[in-house]
Order: sequence, then structure tokens, then C-alpha cells
Amino acid sequence: MRLNQITADQVEIGGGMIKHIRVWAALCLASMLLGACGNDKRSDGANLAPVFHATANPERLSEWHMLSITDKKLRLGERVTPYDLNTPLFSDYAHKLRTVWLPDGKTAEYDASDTFNFPVGTVITKTFYYPIPTGTSPADGVVLRSADNTAQLLKSGFDLTSIKLIETRILVHRQDGWVALPYVWNDEQTEATLQRTGDVKNLELIDADNKKQAFSYVVPNTNQCAGCHATNSVTRKIQPIGPKARHLNKDFEYQDGPRNQLTHWQTIGTLKGLPVASNIPQNALWGNIEASLDRKARSYLDINCSHCHNRKGAANTSGLLLEPDSASVLSLGVCKLPIAAGTGTGDREYGIVPGKPDESIFTYRMASINPEEMMPELGRSLSHDEGVALIKEWITRMRGSCR
Amino acid sequence: MAAGDPKFAEELQTKLLDAKTGDVITIPEGKFTFTRSLSLAVDGVTIRGAGMGKSILSFKGQIAGAEGLLVTASDFTIENLAIEDTKGDALKITKGNNIIVRGVRTEWTGGHSTKNGAYGIYPVQTTNVLMEDNVAIGASDAGIYIGQSKNVVVRRNRAEYNVAGIEIENTINADVYDNVATNNTGGILVFNMPSLPQEGKNTRVFKNKVFKNNTANFGHKGTPVASVPAGTGIAINSNDHVEVFGNEISDNDTANMIISSLYSTNYSDDKKAENYDPYPESIYIYDNKFSGGGGSPDGLELKALKVSVFGLTGKFPDILWDGFFNKALLVNGQMPLERRICINNGAVGIINADGPGGFKKPDTDMTSHKCDLTKLPPIKLKSAEG
Repeated sequence: MRLNQITADQVEIGGGMIKHIRVWAALCLASMLLGACGNDKRSDGANLAPVFHATANPERLSEWHMLSITDKKLRLGERVTPYDLNTPLFSDYAHKLRTVWLPDGKTAEYDASDTFNFPVGTVITKTFYYPIPTGTSPADGVVLRSADNTAQLLKSGFDLTSIKLIETRILVHRQDGWVALPYVWNDEQTEATLQRTGDVKNLELIDADNKKQAFSYVVPNTNQCAGCHATNSVTRKIQPIGPKARHLNKDFEYQDGPRNQLTHWQTIGTLKGLPVASNIPQNALWGNIEASLDRKARSYLDINCSHCHNRKGAANTSGLLLEPDSASVLSLGVCKLPIAAGTGTGDREYGIVPGKPDESIFTYRMASINPEEMMPELGRSLSHDEGVALIKEWITRMRGSCR
Repeated sequence: MAAGDPKFAEELQTKLLDAKTGDVITIPEGKFTFTRSLSLAVDGVTIRGAGMGKSILSFKGQIAGAEGLLVTASDFTIENLAIEDTKGDALKITKGNNIIVRGVRTEWTGGHSTKNGAYGIYPVQTTNVLMEDNVAIGASDAGIYIGQSKNVVVRRNRAEYNVAGIEIENTINADVYDNVATNNTGGILVFNMPSLPQEGKNTRVFKNKVFKNNTANFGHKGTPVASVPAGTGIAINSNDHVEVFGNEISDNDTANMIISSLYSTNYSDDKKAENYDPYPESIYIYDNKFSGGGGSPDGLELKALKVSVFGLTGKFPDILWDGFFNKALLVNGQMPLERRICINNGAVGIINADGPGGFKKPDTDMTSHKCDLTKLPPIKLKSAEG
């Protein structure tokens, strides 16, 4: 055991000036005697407050105090709020723990369509992990394909014994804008380290029928983070994508029961300006069979595609726009000809041929795992069977013809 | 070629991430292999190798990334290196200003194949672009492809065994000169595609050598270039204000030049694109040296057309026009001069293939094409001076 110095970068923001008041405190000194020293827990046992690193990029994830590992359990830092999305982005069947933290007293402003206006100092994390089969170790690289149940796992203490942690991505809102930092977990699952050039993890996915599929899980480099998060390709400013009204408008299973996430954020002071519930947009809940097919499909395309395929996005070069308010049928891909799809056309002529999913480029590129053909271009090495099935059904039910 | 230090791949990506404006990142001699694509997002960076035969970035075995090197930055120069065997595009540059690509070779080393990546050198939505002394080989779409850009000079490049050698698409103000395009399906293409943020115009194609572009089309169905007949020298599709002069265009088996509308491509069903002009207008062709070609067109329709008009052993005139035009523009039954296809090229002839009439009444009358247009001004590009 070593004397562990706790760094608390308390940052005051005012008049455009950032002042660092670096407080070095040997808080562990006392708790050392109790045998419970660690930089993730205060001497009184409560979780540590997260730290806004205003300029430096810490080498270790633990230095943010957003997440910590104690006794093979993952814990959240003080006032760190977990959340999830109505319909999530597909990432090779990885489960995701998303959290947000705002500096004390700060509040995000509601926006009906864009990412909420978060204050400088906000830290968002997304941890990608998989359940693993009983009897295997995380280092084996064998992972299970299963439905994401992060909220339940968190409620029960987030035991890591049957979990493989892959990476945690940090989005931090600094004075000059948002910065994305990828951290990769070690095999011991005790720490994640900053890996700005990304990484590759060779894994094997096992489904419920014991079918195995080897794949390369690719951790993006920081430029690739911008590949999705710079939703405006002219300004190239990075932004969070998930924390928008339509993606968050759902119940989350908190420690003390389920509540609407947006209402909860307002209650705890994280969000202001929330309109009445009926005026808040809402994407379909993934897996909810009651939502209309069109709503489900558009929600899926929204979260999986529209960060590039929007009017100002990197993929506006294609003329294919998949934002929720993309009104034109042509810009949505119906009977639309490809521009620079190359081999991604799969020898098909149109983005969507109504009634004919197997003649539509959409389903070809979604099902492909070839880097030159597949969509999205980044963030997956596997195809999302359930997502492809949804879009196929959506196209099957579409009426009309391209001739 | 000796294999370069395997650690270099990681080092190079780190350098690209850490780059500051004004940095020159050097690629040493050697062949360096990468499994993931590289990316640069910092303005004002130069990447410089020791030569296109000496500094090689090889992506054979690439597992992730839709391109070899993706640049989302301005004031960018890349020179004297090669990018080989990428899964997708070799070099893609999006939305930057002041771009120079010089002495770069992009190549798929296994020969031309539908399985190759789409584009070799691919700037899109860029402004002030200089492409010079590059070599592009084997792309399954275009070797050098300028998309939705403004103010472009493409000169002294060599494009070989691509579906399209050099393609200027939806671009405003481009000079394409002193290039060599051979053994492609189509040598040099000037295209306009529908439903894009920018419609192109004002392209000058001059002093190029465009010969024997007779490689069978190996593009992917559905892509714009998949409809280009093998044996096309220079093609203008749905683009306006295009000047073609002083080129040597020879031995392209379908036709040394094709002028066509979207209606002749596999895009003919795209009736839903609003504000899109599918007709090639204000085309001026003069002082080119044409020879050979036109004797063995690609595709049944063109073959039948050639045989019916010129006989089994005959050949098309040097310029093949599909015959689509905008009837709404006619004044007293005549196309106004400034919108015409004008040819002032000695004895060079044109065939109007009568596409609108189903190729039934092809016509080789030159009368309405014997005209001259006001010449386009040269592109002024600071990086191309001196």
C-alpha cells in the first residue's frame, strides 16, 4: 500500500478566466490505518467527487473520479448520474454505462432538438463492456451477446466478476469546447489508461445458441471520435450526441425506482428549461413493440446515422439526410441514387427501393462488415442483426416504386 | 522494398493527433503497414515522404476504416509518398481549403478489380485545390476524383486502370491539363450528379493525353461511373460550361469523346431531384488532335447504333452525343448559341445518337454545332503559380 495523494483540481470559472486551485491532500493517511485506502473513496467511505481537468489529459481514468473500482465492483463518483438512450447506437453488441456529471451548482439548458447546452466543466463517460461466460476470465476475450441491462447491473452493485470492461470514453466540456478521450481497460480491470491512438481488441462473441463469432473490437482514436461527434463538419466542433431530449425521454431504473430521466435531471438540478412532458420529443424505445414501425426505424437511423447524415454533417456530401426532420423522401434515401458509395452499393441501384429491402443499398451497407462498404463506417466490426431486421421490415412495408 | 519499423504505424497516428499548425510530418523510406485508417484533423500540416516509390503506406490487411488516410483539415499538403491497397478510398480530404496533393501514388497492387477501393485521391467539398504529379492506379471508381469542390487545378497526373481516370464532379472552376489518362474505362470525366449540395460548372480540359481507355468497366452497379462505356476518352455528363481543347485523344474504342445527359446513365429514373439540370450545355470543343477509336463501342445499344449508321467496319465520329437537350430553351426551334455544343475542330464530326427517340434517327449533321463560345478564364490558384 502506498501513500496515496489525492489531487483535487478545483476549478473556478468566471469572466472567461480559469483558475486552478490545486489542493494536495493526504487524506489517505488516516484511512490507511483502516486498510481502506484508495483514490476512489473518501476516508468516510463516500464516493469521491469527480474532477474537471480543465487542460490536462490524465493518463489514468481513475484521475477523473467519475468511475472507480473497489473490491471488483464498479462505483460511480459523487453526483455522477447514469443514463441511457431510447434507441441506442449499435456498437458490436457492447453494453454501455453512460454517465454525466456537472460541476456543483451548474445546470444544462434544455433544447428541443439539439444536444443540451451543458456548462463548461461537464464530464460525460461511456463505458463499453460485455458480460462473459461463467468460468472464463476477462482476459480470455470471450464475450456474450445479450441485451443491455446496465441499469439493473448498476442497481445490484455492478459486480465485475462476470464482466469484461473494454473502454471508457470521456467527453469533457472545456473552455474551448468539448474534448474526447478514449481510455482502455487493463485485463485486471483495475484501471483504464488513455490511448489516444485507439486500440484493437480481438474478441469472440457467443450468442444464446452457443454460436461463436470472432471479431476485432476497435477503440477509436481521438480523430475518429470527432468522426461521429463533430456533427457539424464545417466547424468540426465536438459535441455529445446522446444527451438530447428525444434520446433521453424515457424512464431509468434508479436505485430508488424508475423515473423519467429528464424529470429526474431537472429535480437534481442538472437540467433547466424542461417543457411540459407532452411537448418533449421522444424517440421509440428500443425493443418496445408498441411504437410504430416508422417511428422505430427513424429512431434507429437517427441515433446510428444522423451524426454524419445531417445537413451540416460529414455525409452531406452524399445528399442522404437521416435526421428526424429530414422531410424529403428523396433525401431520406427513397429511390435515391448513390453518389460515392463505391462498392458499398452492393450492386444495388437505390438507397431504398420501397417494398424491396434486398434491392436497397441501406440494408446492404448495414449488413456488411467490410470496412469499405459498411455503414456506419466506424464503431462496429459486426452487423446488428436486429437493426438490419428493423430496417428491412420498414422498407418491406413501404409503398411505391422507383420506376 | 524493405519493411519499415513496425512501431511506425502507431507513431504516425500519434504524430497526426499531436500535430500543430506548421508541422511537417516526415515519412521515412520503407514500406509501412497499417491495419486501421489514419486521420488528420489539424490545419496547416504537411505530410512528406521520400518519393512515391520509396515511402509507402500499405493497408493490405486493413481491418477498420473506410479510407487509408482521412483528412478533415485546411492548409494541407501531402507529397512524395504512396498509399497502397486500402480497403476503401486511399486518400480522402473533406471540407478543407488550400489543399495540395503532389507526387502521391495511390495504387491497388493486385491489378484492377471490382474489389478495390473506390477512389484513389478524393478531395470532396474542398476549395483551392492543387493536384499535381500524382499517379492513380486501380481504383474501382475514380483514380483522381474531385467532388463538390471549387477552384481546382489538376495537372501532370497519370491515371491508369481505374474505372474513371480523372473525374471532376459537381465542381465549380477546374483546370485539368497536362495529364495522362490511359487504360481506364473512361479517361477524363466531367460529371454533374443530382441531389447534392453543389452543382458543378466551368471546367477546362486541355493539353491532356487521353488514349486507349478501353478497360472493361469494373465499377459497381449503381455508382455513377458504372454506366461509362469502356472505350471512352473524355466524357461530359450533365455538366455546363465545359471547354475541351488542345488534347491528344486517341484510340478510345467507343468514342474519343462522349457528351451525355443523366438520362443516358443508369440515373435516368432519378426524376425526383429538384433544381437539377440534367442537360450538358455550353460545351466548347476546339483544336484537339483526335485519332483512331470509335470502332468497337461497348454495350449492345451503341454497337447496334454504330453498325446501323457506319457499318460493321465503320467507326463513330470522334464525338458521340446522346442527343438529350432541354426543349424549354429553344427559341424559334433553335438552341441559343450560348447553350450549344460548339465544335471548332477541323474535320472532326459528331453523331447525335437520338437517345430521346430510342436511337432511331441518329444524325451526323454538324450545322448547329459549328459555332464558337466565349472562352472560360484560367483558374487562378496561388499554389499552382510559379
